[in-house]
Parts: sequence; C-alpha cells; structure tokens
Amino acid sequence: MTRLTRLATATTLLFALAGHALADVTLLNVSYDPTRELYQDFNAAFAKQWKAKTGETVTIKQSHGGSGKQARAVIDGLEADVVTLALGYDVDALNTEAKLIPPTWQKRLPSNSAPYTSTIVFLVRKGNPKAIKDWNDLIKPGVEVVTPNPKTSGGARWNYLAAWGYALKQPGGNDAKAKDFVKNVFQNVKVLDSGARGSLVSFTQRGIGDVLLAWENEAYLATKELGPDKFDIVTPSLSILAEPPVSVVDKVVDKRGTRKVAEAYLQYLYSPEGQEIAAANYYRPRDAKVAAKYADKFSKVKLFTIDQVFGGWTKAQKTHFDDGGVFDQIQVR
Amino acid sequence: MAGAVSSLSVQHDKAGLLESRQATREAPWVKAAILTVALSFFAIFLLLPLVVVFVEALAQGWETYLTALVEPDALSAVKLTLLAAVISVPLNLVFGVAAAWAITRFDFRGKPLLITLIDLPFSVSPVVAGLIYVLVFSSHGWFGPWLAEHDIKVIFAVPGIVLATIFVTVPFVARELIPLLQAQGREEEEAAVVLGARGWQVFWYVTLPNVRWALLYGVILSNARAMGEFGAVSVVSGHIRGETNTLPLHVEILYNEYNFAAAFAVASLLALLALVTLAVKSWVEWRASQTVAVED
Repeated sequence: MTRLTRLATATTLLFALAGHALADVTLLNVSYDPTRELYQDFNAAFAKQWKAKTGETVTIKQSHGGSGKQARAVIDGLEADVVTLALGYDVDALNTEAKLIPPTWQKRLPSNSAPYTSTIVFLVRKGNPKAIKDWNDLIKPGVEVVTPNPKTSGGARWNYLAAWGYALKQPGGNDAKAKDFVKNVFQNVKVLDSGARGSLVSFTQRGIGDVLLAWENEAYLATKELGPDKFDIVTPSLSILAEPPVSVVDKVVDKRGTRKVAEAYLQYLYSPEGQEIAAANYYRPRDAKVAAKYADKFSKVKLFTIDQVFGGWTKAQKTHFDDGGVFDQIQVR
Repeated sequence: MAGAVSSLSVQHDKAGLLESRQATREAPWVKAAILTVALSFFAIFLLLPLVVVFVEALAQGWETYLTALVEPDALSAVKLTLLAAVISVPLNLVFGVAAAWAITRFDFRGKPLLITLIDLPFSVSPVVAGLIYVLVFSSHGWFGPWLAEHDIKVIFAVPGIVLATIFVTVPFVARELIPLLQAQGREEEEAAVVLGARGWQVFWYVTLPNVRWALLYGVILSNARAMGEFGAVSVVSGHIRGETNTLPLHVEILYNEYNFAAAFAVASLLALLALVTLAVKSWVEWRASQTVAVED
C-alpha cells in the first residue's frame, strides 16, 4: 500500500507541476449534461474578458454528467471551483452532505443564483405522427415516452414535476389525481437513461420512442445539430420554470485561492455578454434587454415555479424523489 | 496459456487427421452448416462492428479524422491512457510473475485464498471496482480526510485512474503463467540446482525462458485491457476534459456531443490497438508453437 501511495503522490506532484506550467490559473466547472455547448462558448468569452481586465490567463476545465451524479462527485472530492447544476437541490446537497458551501448559497447571486432559466418541452418526430400536443397526450396507449431517470438526472426531475404540476392545475386536480397521471406517464416510458444527454441520444440516434421530454435548450440544440427536418418541438400549454443554479464551492476556492476569479466567472454569467451567450445557446436569459431581443426565439408558455406548486426543492425532493417517495411508489408495477 | 497456445497448433493437425479418415469425416452439409453458422456469427458480431467504426470515422473525410485525433483534449486522453498502461502493465508483470512463482513453487498457508484473490477482478464488475476506490479515497472515505490534509488527490485525478486500471488488469499475467508453471513441474529447475545454479540463475536461465511466450501473451492482454477499460475508470475519473479522460471516456463524451465522426475517429484508435494486439498475439502464438515444435 505504501508503494502505491508513494506512486500516487509522485504522479500527483508531476501533474500538479505540469498543470502550473500550462496556465496562470485554472478553474474547474462541474456542470450538468446539456450545458456543454453553452460553457464552451462562455468559457472562451470569460477567459478573453479576464485576460483583458487582469492580464491573467485563466483556463476553465469542464466536467459534465447527470446533475445528481455530478453533485455526488463534488461531495466525494472532485475539486470543483464552481458548480453549475440543473437544480437547487443538487447544489444544496453540497451544503447538507459535506458543508462545502454555506446554507445561504442561493441568496449570494441575483435571481435565486440562476443566471438563466429553461423549461420542459416535447421533442417529437417530424410531422408529429402521434399528434402529441399537451401533457395529457403522453398517457395515451401506444405513445412511447423517453425521459431520463429522476433519481439521477436533474432534467428528469423537472420533467416529472412539470407533469405533476400540469395535472394538479387541471379542473378538479388534486394530489391523488396528479399521482395517477404521472404514474400513467411513466408507464409509457420505455427507457430511463441516467442523464438528459443519454436520453436525447436514445431518442434521436437510436430512434427509440415517440416523444422525448426534454430541456427546451436541449430540444433546440438537437434540432439544430441533427437537422430541423427530423424533429418538431411541441410546447405544452403549461410547464415548469426550470432554474438551474450556480455557486462557488467555498471550501475548494478558499483552499486553491481561486475565489476572486471564480466569483467573477459566475458574475459574468449575469452580464449582457453572458446573457447573450446563454440566449444564443437557447437558455432563457434573465436580463430584460437580452430577453426582449431574443423574445421571438422562445415560444410563449405559461410557467409555474417549483416554489408555487411544490413549496421548494427540499420539500419536492423529500416527497417525490427520496427513497420510498412518490416516484418509487409509482415505479412499483 | 502457452499450454493453450501450443495445444492450438496440435489441434490444427488433429483437424486434418479427422478429415482424412472416412469414419470421422462429417457429411458435407454438416460441415457447411457449422462453418456458415460460426463464420457468419463472427462476421456479424466481430467483423461488422470493426468495419463500422472505421467507416463512421472516415465518413467526413481524412481531414475531420485527423483533426479529431490531434485536438488537445484527444491528445491528453491518449497521453493519460498511455500513462495508465505504462504504470499498470510493468507492475502487473512483476506482481504476476511473483504470484505465479509463489503459487506454483511454494507451499504456504492461504494459497487458495491468493489464487481466488487473483481472479477477483475478473469476477467483480468494473463499476464495483471503481466504487471501492471512491469509498476508500473520497473525502468521506477511509483515507479521504488524511489525503485532503496532505493535499493528495487520488480519485477524480490521475492516480485514481491508474489504481482502477491496475485493479482490472491484475489477473492477466498471473493467470497466463500459473497453468504453464504447474504443467512444467520442477524437474528442470531441480536439475539446474543440482548442477549448481543459484536462485536467480535458475529463474533467468531455466524458468523465464520456458514461460517467456506466456508472459508476453499476458502482458499483451493486460495492456489491451488497461487501454480499453471503461467502467472502473469512468467511476473514478470525474470526467474533467483534457485532464482525467482516458480514450474510452473521450469517445463517450464526443458521442454525447453529436460529434459522431470525431467519436468514431478516436474509437478507431482503440480499434487499431485491438488489431495490433491481435497481430502481436498471433505472432506470439506462432513463435510459441515453433518453440514447442523444436522442443518436440
């Protein structure tokens, strides 16, 4: 064991040295699945701006995966300077599980620390052969639904809650009816991938299912990348306002001495330039001016928030997604 | 395995022998049917995927192909994969020889346990192997706090990847050597000792030459697995682009980014590695059978 440890130490040192020679400062942004393209653009813009402002060369490394899985990795010791995850609960876990950030993290940046928002839409095959228009079309017999697994994917939890909220807001809607509705939706689900990107690949590349419940940004990106002649985007009558939050990981930035640049990085997301990049990557910008500029890019849809319908993430997580929660109950067939 | 290596060539002769005799010759349609089944199975499940990899890789031309391979993230994945192999293969070589030697030449308490342990990485799913390291080295794991205090990163860094690679490749060398050393017995070594050879001399001049092809074979397999491992490495990697992605992980990332040509270009590197492995392996088998033939 000592031999291995020594070897490990030597290798770490080697790489630490190599890393220092390469750049003045590096940041690690641990993010969720669909933000790859967004942060590719944003990182380049930020590095340029930071260099102009401070003369310092900053290199931002990226890690992507299912939001819950990524939070787990940071808790287990992945040294993320900033996290940009799919939902507040996953960032919260950094506080509750490992005290990496203070409990008040969400108050540190404007708009609940979510610099951009998104919502849940349907991606269907071209021409919409199964005529899927709204949430209640998902429970029709013979409609195959694709969504990632809410246990591991943040996007999937938004999917689930959006469906629940829709059922609840129908005339005569209540929790029991919503539970039945969501259960019926999940009975039509054919594949539960672990992350949003995996589901997208299942739907688009492997040709599985009739409808994919997807992030709006992911749906637009897929149609752009894979050809608008293959898929249609259907916006339901009602959906959820998804707020993917960002946070500096205090314990890591204080240890690595990167707090200043990490905070500037997240601030830059709120700047007009950052907002433009978000909008160009199909995330709904917070900035009113940028939002107005891109208004025709996003379809108008009635949105409800998680606080309105579910009383916040902690409660929603506990009721629906924890072990033995509603999602587990409806999975039992 | 050299036992198997040499028996392969013997079998080849036997096939000729079977065919040459009326009584043991199968009806032509039986022969055709079995051949068709076996060969089409190989074509569909082994050859076709290999062809697809290269076709897809070159679908957008040589330029895209080469760009995908020299891109910095791809190069860093190549480097990391090579590093993991360069560390894990020699370690396995030393350990494999020592373990095989210990098991076949000494009697000691717990020998069956050692044999079982060597096989463990074969029977444990690689994901579990990765999770073991996460449990042990993560910030909440057994050694996590100590490592953090000394600023040593194991998981989500290069050492974790190397450790996971070592774990999954441990059995190869030892597993190749043990049956051969057992089959050979101790006579030649005893003769050497009687003639006055010392421990190291026995090893260098008698044992090692006898097992060299099996040893090489084990090293080749070990190397192939080290470079191709996905599951265990994926768990401990942290997936930091340009830093902790090995080739197989890089392929997955590219594929998930709609970068299909690039994904298959990098996959073709792994496929090439497989082909080189096969070529070297065939050569080793051929050399081994030559050696056996000469000795016979």
